[in-house]
Amino acid sequence: MRVNKFLNNPYLPELATVQEIIQETANIRTLRVSLDDKEKMSEFSFRPGQVGQLSVFGAGESTFVINSPPTRKDYLQFSVMRVGEVTQRIHQLNAGDQIGLRAPLGKGFQYEDMKGHDILFIGGGIGMAPLRTLLLFMIDNRRDYGDIMVLYGARSPQDLCYTYEFQEWKAGGVNLVLTVDSEFPGWKERVGFVPTVLSEESPSPHNRIAVVCGPPIMIKFVLFGLKELGFEDRQILTTLEKRMKCGIGICGRCNIGSQYVCLDGPVFSYEQITGMAQEL
Amino acid sequence: MAGKIFIAIDRLTLALDKLSAKIDLWIPASLQTDNRELTEFVPYHAGMVPILDRQTTLPPKKILLPQVETLLRFEHRKDPQNPLKVSVSLDDKSEVRPALVFGARPCDVKGFLTLDRVFTNGPYVDPYYLERRRNTLFATLVCLQADGTCFCSSVGSGPADTEGSDFRVIPVDGGYVVDALTQKAQSLIDSLGDTPTQHQEAQARQVVEEASQHRVGDLDLTGSAEAFRKRFANDDYWQEMTAQCLSCGICTYVCPTCYCFTITDEIENMRGERLRSWDSCMFYQYTLEASGHNPRPSKLNRYRNRAGHKFSYIPEKYDGLIGCCGCGRCIRSCPVSIDIRQIVGRLKENACESE
Repeated sequence: MRVNKFLNNPYLPELATVQEIIQETANIRTLRVSLDDKEKMSEFSFRPGQVGQLSVFGAGESTFVINSPPTRKDYLQFSVMRVGEVTQRIHQLNAGDQIGLRAPLGKGFQYEDMKGHDILFIGGGIGMAPLRTLLLFMIDNRRDYGDIMVLYGARSPQDLCYTYEFQEWKAGGVNLVLTVDSEFPGWKERVGFVPTVLSEESPSPHNRIAVVCGPPIMIKFVLFGLKELGFEDRQILTTLEKRMKCGIGICGRCNIGSQYVCLDGPVFSYEQITGMAQEL
Repeated sequence: MAGKIFIAIDRLTLALDKLSAKIDLWIPASLQTDNRELTEFVPYHAGMVPILDRQTTLPPKKILLPQVETLLRFEHRKDPQNPLKVSVSLDDKSEVRPALVFGARPCDVKGFLTLDRVFTNGPYVDPYYLERRRNTLFATLVCLQADGTCFCSSVGSGPADTEGSDFRVIPVDGGYVVDALTQKAQSLIDSLGDTPTQHQEAQARQVVEEASQHRVGDLDLTGSAEAFRKRFANDDYWQEMTAQCLSCGICTYVCPTCYCFTITDEIENMRGERLRSWDSCMFYQYTLEASGHNPRPSKLNRYRNRAGHKFSYIPEKYDGLIGCCGCGRCIRSCPVSIDIRQIVGRLKENACESE
C-alpha cells in the first residue's frame, strides 16, 4: 500500500486569515485576507482579473475575483454577495478567522494589449469587483493608458460598493459616471439602467476597449448597446461568472463550448464567445 | 513462449486466485441477488466466477474515479488560551493500492483515454486520478459479444482494440489465450497458466484477426465537431432530439467517459472531509447559480452540451480525441431510448441546410 502526501495538490488550499471586513452594502461584504505562510504571501503574484477559491471548511468553496490590484499587496481583497450557503458562511466570518484559499486561478486581463488605449469600464452591482482590480492597476500605471471612463450602476445608492474610494478614483484621472435604477431622495447622479446611460453617454469606439461585468441580463443589453455604438467584438472584454467547483478546468461545469470559465477565463473577449452567447 | 499463456476455463478461478494474491483484482460479476443481469466490476474474492459473456451494466469507471472519494480532511481546534480563536488543520493523505481489472472490454478501457486527457494532461494534474491510473492494469477481452446498441467502430475503435490495455485476453476453445502487452503485465503473467499450444496460438490469431475486421456500428461519428458547431444554435433540431428526455441522468451514470464531478464538505462537530462525487450535466441544479440564474436551464441546453462535450469540445481541446467510446450503455439504459448515435449522426446529414 502506498500512502501519498501529494507534492502539488491543486485541490489543497493554503490557509489564510481574515485581516479586515468592510460592510459594502446590506448584502455585500469585502474581506481582506493574507496567507498564513508569510513567505508565500510575499511571493504571491497574480494578474488583475484572476480569481481565487475561498474555503470555509465545513461549508465549502466558492470562486471570487481577487479585486485588489497586484500593485497593492498588503492583503488580497475579495467582495462577496450573500446569496447561497457558502457566501452565507463567509458573511459570518470575523477578522482573525482562518479560511482556505486556492489562488490565483484563471487567466485575468491582458493589460499589456490595452496600453495606449482609452478604457471604458461598465459595471453593474457586484460586477464592479473584477473591474476594480484592473481599474486600480491602471490608476497605479496611469501614464500607460488613455482616457478612463467608469460607468457603474446599481439598483439604489445603497447598493453601490466601494463608495469610500470614489474620490480616489476621480483623483486618479477617472471619469466616473454613476447611475441607479430609479430616483432616490438626495441622489444627484444619473438615473436609469446601465445600457440606457451607456447610449446617452455614447462613448466613441475609436481606440477604446470596453470592459464589462454585471448580471447576465445587463451584459446582454450592454453588448447590444456597444455594438450599436460601433464597438467590434474584439474591443469588448467581459469577465464571466459561472457555478464552479474545481477551479482548474477538470470538473466540467463552467464551460462555454470547449472553454472553461475557471481556466481559460474568466476574462473573455466577446469575439471568443460569440455564437455561444445563449449559454452565458 | 514468454508473454503468452493459456488459461483453461476450469483453471480460470485458480489463475485469478494466484493473481489476487499479488495485486488487488477486479472482475465483472453481479452483486445482486434478485437480478443477476445487473453486472459491474467488483473486488475479487476466492471462489467468485467472473461473468465474461457480456458487457457489464456499469463500466469500470469507478475503479479510477470512485463515485465518492475524500480529497482532504480538516479539523478545527479551539485555542485553550483564547477560546474565541479556532485554528484549522488540513490533511490530504491518500492510499493507493496496485490493482488489475480483469475482463474489461476495449470500449471500457478506451473510455479511460478520455479521462486521462482531462485529469492528467491539462495545465493542472489531478493527483488522485493519476496515482490510481499509474497503479492499475487492464486485462482486456477481445470482444465477441457486440449487441444492437454497440457502436465502438463508429468512434474510431473496434472489438479487438488494445489501446490502454496491459493484457489482451483472447477467447479460444476451452479457455483463454492471454498476451502481455506491457512491461508491467509481463511480470504478472508467468505463473498464471501454461504455454499455449501451436493450435491455440493459431486460433487466437484467427479470433483477433476476425474481430479486427468486424465493424461494430454502421455510422461514422468521427469528425462531427464542425457539424455540431453549425447546428449549435438550431434550437428546433435540439428540441426535436431531446423532447423525450426525462433529465434522469442515467446516461451520464453508466457512461465510461462522463467524469463531471462536484465537491462538497461534510462536517460533524469539529472534523470533516471535503468529498468529490460524481455529478451529472443532465441535472438542472448542475449549473444553477446561487443568484437563481442558470446558463443551461432546459434539457435542450443540457443534452446539447452533453453531445457537444463528447463530439465537439473534447475533440477541439484534445487533438481530435472523441469523448465517446461507443459502448452503447447510454442507449441501453435510457428509459425513453434516446440514441446518441442518431443525434450525432444526423448532425452531419444535411448540415449545410442550417446556416
